[in-house]
Amino acid sequence: MSDGAGKEIEQLIALMAKLPGLGPRSARRAVLTMIKKRRLLLDPLAQAMTEVAATARECVECGNIGTSDLCDICTSPKRDQTILCIVEDVSDLWAMERAQVFSGRYHVLGGVLSALDGIGPDELKLPKLETRVAQGQIKEAILALGATVDGQTTAHYLADRLEPLGITVTTLAQGVPVGGELDYLDDGTISAALRARKSL
Amino acid sequence: MTRLALTSLKLAAFRSHASLRVETDGRPVAIYGPNGAGKTNILEAISMLSPGRGLRRAAAADMARSATGIGWRVTAELHSLEQSHEVVTGVEGDAARSVTIDGKAAAQVALGRIARILWLVPVMDRLWLEGAGERRRFLDRMALSFTPSHAEASITYERAMRDRNRLLKDQSRDAGWYDALEDQMARAGAAITATRMEALSRVARAQEDAATAFPRATLSITGPDGEDAPDGSEDQLRRAFAEGRRRDMAAGRTLTGPHRADLSAIYTDKDMPARHCSTGEQKALLISLILANARALADSFGAPPILLLDEVAAHLDTDRRAALYDEICALGAQAWMTGTGAELFDALGPRAMRLHVTEEGGESRTQAEA
Ligand SMILES: Nc1ncnc2c1ncn2[C@@H]1O[C@H](COP(=O)(O)OP(=O)(O)OP(=O)(O)O)[C@@H](O)[C@H]1O
Ligand SMILES: [Mg+2]
Ligand SMILES: [Zn+2]
Repeated sequence: MSDGAGKEIEQLIALMAKLPGLGPRSARRAVLTMIKKRRLLLDPLAQAMTEVAATARECVECGNIGTSDLCDICTSPKRDQTILCIVEDVSDLWAMERAQVFSGRYHVLGGVLSALDGIGPDELKLPKLETRVAQGQIKEAILALGATVDGQTTAHYLADRLEPLGITVTTLAQGVPVGGELDYLDDGTISAALRARKSL
Repeated sequence: MTRLALTSLKLAAFRSHASLRVETDGRPVAIYGPNGAGKTNILEAISMLSPGRGLRRAAAADMARSATGIGWRVTAELHSLEQSHEVVTGVEGDAARSVTIDGKAAAQVALGRIARILWLVPVMDRLWLEGAGERRRFLDRMALSFTPSHAEASITYERAMRDRNRLLKDQSRDAGWYDALEDQMARAGAAITATRMEALSRVARAQEDAATAFPRATLSITGPDGEDAPDGSEDQLRRAFAEGRRRDMAAGRTLTGPHRADLSAIYTDKDMPARHCSTGEQKALLISLILANARALADSFGAPPILLLDEVAAHLDTDRRAALYDEICALGAQAWMTGTGAELFDALGPRAMRLHVTEEGGESRTQAEA
């Protein structure tokens, strides 16, 4: 399919169309808008993307995505080091941050256990998590995983692994994260779920 | 009208129905017409207003009209207790079946909260003779009619079990992973068993002092080989799963749990297992159970369910047929019934509306008669 634009522009549209929330139509509109607003959008966007491409990386401590080896949360002296929130995905971490209800640190698993999808403990960032907990500063781990079967299996599995290390393991109020993803919850719901957390 | 009824039904590209529109006033509906006209297809379309795969257990894509092949849609106005809901379900392209209730996207399981639908179809004539799977589904449909959350528990159980089965096949020895999955299976499984037992006792109670022309059946839940089922509590299940790992690993699947339960029925007055009863008696037992379920629901939910009775009239003698109609009308249930000839429904008189279905060039035509 061709729009009659040049090959490079077609290529850009095709790539944009792969982004979540965009399809071929909206990608075409977006690209056209960018080109029309070259100085306002296209040039700064290209520059921002180049910079992000050069610097974006996973935080070696928590798995958050930032621009240096340690993310801002892990280096901030204001964050409570005794409390750790365990999430499935970076988008969940960002959702918690947007809600501004949590002042501890995070650990991003990068998935949840699913034998059917071939995701086992080795595919998740578990060794790193256990190392962090074993260092002794963490007193409580909050499992902020989805209310899906996989999310709850993972929560149960983690609780069994972390409790023997001598920390309190709690979970977000059951049933709150409908459909699993924290990312879809509004801030009020996240903060209510956090306040109502309980031990497994 | 404090009942449960479809007041309007629209089918688009559903099997032989290119487009069908019927308005009803809540009375039972008698559907007649020749073989292959498209009568059962209408019942199947209505069954899609409840969670699951409907009364043929067909894949959603197969219900699309073959000539178009782009999908299908069922739109219904559902009067449930004091409220009216617009329910739309269907498939587009090769996407999964979608559901909207009053314009909002909803999960399939949400259908169970507003629509309680039970059915009897000819393949169920062999219910007591064939595999346990069909009987278990019959039992689960009963349970679902009383307790809509039965659907969620079943989905959770299935999902966790499929994961466990994968671990077994992969010969995994990660005890913690098994523990986590079995914990969910035990919780959901205990809920499933409790809901099933509750359904059986409600149906038993509804049979006790009923004025009915149909024979009483005594139901019980057994294990896969007819043995007494274990209590099915969370603790019992958790222990059974943990103890069964080695054996299950050899089999490559989970051999114990509520997914292996069976339903046994006895013709109470004759003390005869249903599978040894005559064909007619077996049919009468099924009708009796559906009616008892409906009476129990009228009590607990506040309205009897919508009944889909495919070719039920044809197999009953005149007296039994009249008795069935009388009981349906006394209950106030909206029964959608099919039969080849209009005369099968004569005993209903003005108590039902009639739909005449015919077929022309592979397309069904439906004519409402007052
Ligand atoms: N996906 C489909 N697209 C088009 N037609 C279909 C599709 N699936 C089934 N049919 C047709 O629908 C027709 C009617 O089927 P249905 O089972 O509703 O008939 P019926 O009126 O109940 O007949 P009977 O009295 O024999 O039970 C059949 O002839 C069948 O070929
Ligand atoms: Mg039929
Ligand atoms: Zn970090």
